[in-house]
Amino acid sequence: MSNANEQMAARYKNNFLKEIEEQAEMGEWVKMCMQCGVCSGSCPTNFHPGWDHPPQEIFMMIRAGKREEVLTSNSMWMCTSCYNCYVRCPRKLPITHIMHGIAEYAYRLGLAPKMQPTLHLSQTFWNNCTKTGRVNEVKLTQSLYFKDGFMAGIKKGLEMKDVALGLVKAKRLNIFEALGGGHKCKDIKGIQAMLAKAKELEAKRKAAKAVA
Amino acid sequence: MARKEYAFYPGCSSQKGASASNYLTSVESMCKTLDIKITEIPDWNCCGASISYAESGELPRHVMNARNFALAESNLPGQDIVATCAACWLGARESKERLEHNSALMADTQEALKEAGLSIKAIPEIKHMVEVLIEDLGYDELKKPVKKPLDGMKFAGYVGCQTNRPFGIHGESFENPVYLDKLIETVGGEAVPYDQKVTCCGGALAFSEPDKAQAQIKDIIESAYDNGAEMLVTPCPLCQANTEVYQGQINKKYGTKFNMPVLYYSQLMVLAYGGTAKEAGLDGNVIRARKLEAFAAK
Repeated sequence: MSNANEQMAARYKNNFLKEIEEQAEMGEWVKMCMQCGVCSGSCPTNFHPGWDHPPQEIFMMIRAGKREEVLTSNSMWMCTSCYNCYVRCPRKLPITHIMHGIAEYAYRLGLAPKMQPTLHLSQTFWNNCTKTGRVNEVKLTQSLYFKDGFMAGIKKGLEMKDVALGLVKAKRLNIFEALGGGHKCKDIKGIQAMLAKAKELEAKRKAAKAVA
Repeated sequence: MARKEYAFYPGCSSQKGASASNYLTSVESMCKTLDIKITEIPDWNCCGASISYAESGELPRHVMNARNFALAESNLPGQDIVATCAACWLGARESKERLEHNSALMADTQEALKEAGLSIKAIPEIKHMVEVLIEDLGYDELKKPVKKPLDGMKFAGYVGCQTNRPFGIHGESFENPVYLDKLIETVGGEAVPYDQKVTCCGGALAFSEPDKAQAQIKDIIESAYDNGAEMLVTPCPLCQANTEVYQGQINKKYGTKFNMPVLYYSQLMVLAYGGTAKEAGLDGNVIRARKLEAFAAK
């Protein structure tokens, strides 16, 4: 267990609901769930294999104090951000954002499943777009394909070659972006400084809640 | 002076050589015909999209959008922001809403913005291009420049998620929005009814969970075919790419024979306004829309 995880577990002891309310983005909404299950029935990925617990179950498990099971679950990482649950919830819970918030918290504590592909995508995307201020689609794709090593990346690349060739032919994939070309912001320095400050402020705010 | 002016937020995918560059081509041509002036927000940055949530955390995500607000406000005062990408629009709208409703978050945002020499006074309104078309101009105005109605062509209006939920287009239902069908009809096409209009294409999970996403895409294309559509039409760059570029892989996996072109609403409008295939960005379609290419050449 990571240090951050031990600290939080000790801080909140047996009150996992309070921990989620204070530490996870939008976590304060969890207690409003009335267990109707509309979110679970509205989720497009819930109907595919690979899910542990749809949102309604996750919310009840939080109230039941199943800390380890919730935070190590792959469930939150199945969200496509389609917002179907969000608009259908009869109690108007922002379910999409709650799921994102729990996922982000699990990741922050080091409890998210290792090599979870959607977590990896989230890391890769954010690092990609904040590096120059804009997404470099070619580098993004490369990092995603090569996440499991060089050979796996080549294999994935070959599987996807027809897709890539189609896009190159349609001038929708600029291979020069791989060499550092492509679009970027002018004030990269300002963006980096601004983000560093934002990160610092957010950490401070969350730490203040934990000692309150 | 143009009849409408906006601070334009094109987004990463519509850049030259990026996955939605043909969307931008068609939007520029469409706006010219409609006398809408769109001025790019100087040095705009990525919105972070939905998928950044785990790595970005809360404040950094909003700060990215806030930088665009500040740049728009100071360089293009008084203009609403218009985005063409569904995710850019959603991300920006979400940040606007959170910042306006949470003064602590706004204070932190201002402090972070200071590092880039920026600040916000009032966040501009944020619109999707579709809102500009149907709310600021209206269907009647959109119909006026039609020179070549798309008679006899059948389209499945694929609205998808992020222009529809959670904010949506004013007055539309989340379960059966009709604005895209109306846009298709405005330019003379036929909008076929089908049951996968608001089904998710998998979004970013087309990368990380391809089997799940492709199963959803299969349902969408299949339903469009079953209901007689010749082409799909969408307002979102990720919907467009996902439903178009994976058809080959879906065919291999499921033994289907999908080969359905996927267009942007703006491409249809340009063609109906008498524009060329190039102006409509038809050369950017991976699955070529042969029928529309022939139509444009007529």
